[in-house]
Amino acid sequence: MALNSAAVGKLTEVMADFEIKDLRVSVEGREILKGVSLAVNKGEVHAVMGPNGSGKSTLSHTLMGHPNYKVLGGQVLFKGKDILTLPTEQRAKLGMFLALQYPVVVPGITMSNFLRTAINAKRGFDGKDKSKSINVKEFRALLKNEMSVLRMDDSFLSRYVNEGFSGGEKKRAEILQMAVLKPEIAILDETDSGLDIDSIKFVSDAVNKMRGPELGVLIITHYTRVLKFIKPDYVHVLVNGEFVRSGGPELADWLEAKGYSEWVKEPDKAPAALEAR
Amino acid sequence: MATVIPRIDVGDNYKEKYGFFDPEKFVFKAKRGLNADVVKEISWMKNEPEWMTKFRLRALQTFEKKEMPTWGADLSVIDFQNIYYYLKSTEKQGKTWDDVPADIKNTFDRLGVPQAERKFLAGVAAQYESEVVYHSLHKELESKGVIFTDTDSALRQYPDLFKEYFGTIIPPADNKLAALNSAVWSGGSFIYVPKGVKVEIPLQAYFRINAENMGQFERTLIICDEDSFVHYIEGCTAPIYTTDSLHSAVVEIIVKRGARCRYTTVQNWSTNVYNLVTKRAVAYGDATMEWVDGNLGSQITMKYPSIYLMEPGAKGDVLSVAFAGKGQHQDAGGKAVHVAPNTSSNIVSKSISKNGGRTSYRGLVKVYPGAKNSKSFVRCDALLLDEQSRSDTYPTTEVDEPQVRIGHEATVSKVSDEQLFYLQSRGITRAEAETMIVNGFIEPFTKELPIEYAVELNRLIQLEMIGSVG
Repeated sequence: MALNSAAVGKLTEVMADFEIKDLRVSVEGREILKGVSLAVNKGEVHAVMGPNGSGKSTLSHTLMGHPNYKVLGGQVLFKGKDILTLPTEQRAKLGMFLALQYPVVVPGITMSNFLRTAINAKRGFDGKDKSKSINVKEFRALLKNEMSVLRMDDSFLSRYVNEGFSGGEKKRAEILQMAVLKPEIAILDETDSGLDIDSIKFVSDAVNKMRGPELGVLIITHYTRVLKFIKPDYVHVLVNGEFVRSGGPELADWLEAKGYSEWVKEPDKAPAALEAR
Repeated sequence: MATVIPRIDVGDNYKEKYGFFDPEKFVFKAKRGLNADVVKEISWMKNEPEWMTKFRLRALQTFEKKEMPTWGADLSVIDFQNIYYYLKSTEKQGKTWDDVPADIKNTFDRLGVPQAERKFLAGVAAQYESEVVYHSLHKELESKGVIFTDTDSALRQYPDLFKEYFGTIIPPADNKLAALNSAVWSGGSFIYVPKGVKVEIPLQAYFRINAENMGQFERTLIICDEDSFVHYIEGCTAPIYTTDSLHSAVVEIIVKRGARCRYTTVQNWSTNVYNLVTKRAVAYGDATMEWVDGNLGSQITMKYPSIYLMEPGAKGDVLSVAFAGKGQHQDAGGKAVHVAPNTSSNIVSKSISKNGGRTSYRGLVKVYPGAKNSKSFVRCDALLLDEQSRSDTYPTTEVDEPQVRIGHEATVSKVSDEQLFYLQSRGITRAEAETMIVNGFIEPFTKELPIEYAVELNRLIQLEMIGSVG
């Protein structure tokens, strides 16, 4: 059961696992998202495509609660809550994950420390109840497994978070975090940008391995390249802060062939919107 | 694999952990205030040779003549006549913890000193008020000729060695507070490491002030003979009183040809303590001196560990961290004086200010004529946690030799929204994210500490950080 923007109005009585409803967001006083709606179920992969400045990053940052993005209206429902009212860390604990387009450097904190702290936070470890924290053996086993899929070696764990990482290393590190934190809704923001062909393959393999009935994915991307490796179930086109069309993977192919400018000129030539199915 | 930062223990705070006090008990307490009689009395109590009594009295005169330094933190509030200069809590010094009076032993138990000793130290000194109440050294080091004792005992037991070096690196006239220490000094550590002996496991001293309006004036003298090595660590805490206490130490270090000395401090005085310390080392040919200096506590700290690079190949490092919270001013830094050619120095200072706290880096790099091919690099990084806090840098460079390489870099940064958002997006709370960023910022310092101290320091930072949220 999929709901997309075209169908939301008709099927509001059926709740999706993750539902964005009429979301309006401003940045520095300027309205960027002008009422977007999208429904993602676990088990599905959605791609949000759009030209520069269409509001893609605003969408991803707002969903995760970045303080610079002001919500003007709308709701985002996940597990019976409007997550827009929750602080960022609560959204993560609830099962959301954002792979950043520009992962941030945290000097002096090793990847190992960071990953472990994040896993423990997710498990609700409050510094007291040791049974809630991940033990060393379990931690190592978990990392070993996931790192081999991403072709990362051990030395990576003793490096400081994103410091001196190449573009590919940063993105692989993001996906490693996703793999160990096991979210239910993952937002991948321009994960393919700055990736060489090997990295894009390792990253895609890792994401594809995680795909399944327990994970809903929202891939935010300018280019279709990554969608050749991670096949989306649905493609949504975001232009000027609004979803202008939703369709299947063929929509991405068309965009690749024609480009966004063609879209803006003659939108009717693009594949038709999917009906709710 | 690096240390995992321990998590915030809610409810755990300075007061409970370090700020407790015991009822004051003493076998002797000098009258409040400072004059020649008090100085003579201290010397008499210690049964000192005449030269030391005279040395003290001359130093007192110097103290009285000298002006209070006004170029740094505000010291005008210190009332030297309202302080107790000498307090002896127990008759004898313990060689085992069982010899130490129960209440004092209990204090050091609570501070974790005997536990640390069992786990990873080669020798321990514990000073309570004015006197060292406990001392130990591994037998095998003793048999190699290593001396690790309190400075008072050293004066009695090793008079020649003592007299040869005492007061030679920091004469009483160096500054007003060095003069004060020279007049009323008591306790501290005396270390001698013989030629070629490497003390692989650290020696530690723990300094504890318990009484109110107390002045602690320990005097430490370390002599590393040729090709030797020692790592000395000091920690310090005090109860929280509403009135002020004074800690004014003098530390003199001699590092001979080819030797290496590392001196690590984790200072965590309560915020009613004025911490005004003079620390200086001389390093001879190919010797290395390293100051690793952490300042978390105290109301005001003024401390600039110095290294005089006397002969070719001498090397000096100062690595310092200062944390200033509400009402605190950490005025700290380092000095490197290049006297000989081919000497090098490296000063790295990291400071963190929050809740209106103030940190200052104050440093000197001086290169004398003829100290050719000397290298010096100074780096100061300040992290401000809020708009009310303040950080200043006062670097002084005096270079009288053209053939040198001198570098200086300074940065001021804030905890960025992007870093917080990134960590929070992984489920980490804002308070914990801030703590991680701060601990990461001082990591270049922490990684130089023995693991147990690194964990302790990270934990102390967490305690400090709790106050920064809400």
